[in-house]
Amino acid sequence: MSGLSDLYQEILLEHNSKPHNFKKVDDANQTSEGFNPLCGDQITLFLKVVDGVIDDVGFQGTGCAISRASASMMTQSIKGQSVEQAEVIFDAFHHMITEPGTELDLDTLGDLETLSGVNEYPTRIKCAILAWHTMKAAFSGDSDVTTE
Amino acid sequence: MAFDANKVRGDFPILKQQVNGHSLVYLDNGATSQKPQSVIDAIVNYYTTTNSNVHRGVHTMSQQATDGYEGARSKVREFINAGKDEEIIFTRNTTEGINLVAHSYGRQNIGPGDDIIVSNMEHHSNIVPWQMLCEEKGANLKVVPIDDSGELILDEYEKMLGPRTKLVSITHVSNALGTILPAKQIVAMAHAHDAPVLLDGAQAVPHMPVDMKSLDCDFYVFSGHKVYAPTGIGILYGKEEYLNAMPPFLGGGEMIKSVTFEKTIYNDLPYKFEGGTPDIAGAIGLGAAIDYVNALGFDEITAHEEELLKYGTDALSSIEGLRIVGTAANKAGILSFVMDKAHPHDIGTILDEQGIAVRTGHHCAQPVMQRFQIPATARASLAFYNTKEDIDALVKGIDRVLEVFS
Repeated sequence: MSGLSDLYQEILLEHNSKPHNFKKVDDANQTSEGFNPLCGDQITLFLKVVDGVIDDVGFQGTGCAISRASASMMTQSIKGQSVEQAEVIFDAFHHMITEPGTELDLDTLGDLETLSGVNEYPTRIKCAILAWHTMKAAFSGDSDVTTE
Repeated sequence: MAFDANKVRGDFPILKQQVNGHSLVYLDNGATSQKPQSVIDAIVNYYTTTNSNVHRGVHTMSQQATDGYEGARSKVREFINAGKDEEIIFTRNTTEGINLVAHSYGRQNIGPGDDIIVSNMEHHSNIVPWQMLCEEKGANLKVVPIDDSGELILDEYEKMLGPRTKLVSITHVSNALGTILPAKQIVAMAHAHDAPVLLDGAQAVPHMPVDMKSLDCDFYVFSGHKVYAPTGIGILYGKEEYLNAMPPFLGGGEMIKSVTFEKTIYNDLPYKFEGGTPDIAGAIGLGAAIDYVNALGFDEITAHEEELLKYGTDALSSIEGLRIVGTAANKAGILSFVMDKAHPHDIGTILDEQGIAVRTGHHCAQPVMQRFQIPATARASLAFYNTKEDIDALVKGIDRVLEVFS
């Protein structure tokens, strides 16, 4: 049962029950919608980017504990960061989730490391990555993205 | 004498497996059923002793393969009480059967302003082919609503029927909710308006006897793999007068009598609709699965599954914060549910950790989820080899979900 407790860590469950930045950002200038058609997860991400810096961020939608916690933690980690730094965090996160057993960039990841248990659950990787692909799509001006 | 599920389980080698360190509890029969040894043996035996192409050679094995393949067709005909072997078309699966009717019957008979009627609880495979046809032809897709328990609202259906109704295509049993629809009545109501009816029997055929003569439907489709046969083989039943009037679906070998560059003469039924080398082993496997089901008998199967469904419904209903979605009075063995504290995906992962296989998600029936305003459900779907112990394991598994999400 160790795998399960690695997956559903306390911090993840807290982010699930009380997600951070779970809101619409009214003056957002970059918005994107993400879908996971396999399970019906849906997220809308709102970004307010001023001079290359993420001034405000929020998300709404429905999803499992993993997708919700991942979105919540993502918004925490990118708020106040430059878009370039957010891309660096994306790369570190993507690496952690999709390439188990490789060295983690703990300085960049911070709390996000608690999601590393997901890489043992191939069917759940898409849940964890949905918000992140939605962020990438928003940066590149795409209005929607699908993880399959 | 009570049905002995534990004895029957011995016929299914896969059920002896351990998954994640636990004995497998397989409750995902709505997605696909497991195969008895006799079906596995029939396939192995075919490839070991008989493998040849059908309806081709004069050699002995080709004749044996043809006999096996055509014998399976006759078994299907008897199994669903159809009138003639010619009315039984081998397809890949339910989806292909529906697409065949949409492409062949639909494109020939449905035009601008015509109506096609489906229900709110269809699988995507009984929605999308009709949407594509409607778009191509300028026809309208009409959707019969369902009530909060998951029953079709027949009054609304009656109102939709009219001179423009050119086809009714409705599920016999809902895959997401388990509702058994009043198929015979649905057919009779459409026939009163001269509209033909296709029934999607994918979730019905494994659980109850289906009778083409009694239902009087014009088309009936199902998949072999949900009725203990291999994947890759399915059935389209069609009334002879419809099939004869319809153009072929796939052009190629097998479906012709003669070909010149000037003119091709199509083959007779059922071969007109079976272009290309079919899944011979799959058909023979389906025949073996039908033999197996017949030997058990639907009296026993249905009684056992009904008892399990009642046991499961009572057990799940007593869990606080859990709600069963789909509570029709007449249901097949499907328990779709949601929990206040845990998303279906998380439920699925935690159950899997305990060796319990359920389906989570929208079950390829997103309009059903929209109707109930939920993103997804967890679904335990039963077969005759399931036991009360399987339900007990599910309940224990859900306790673990509650622990994690306390």
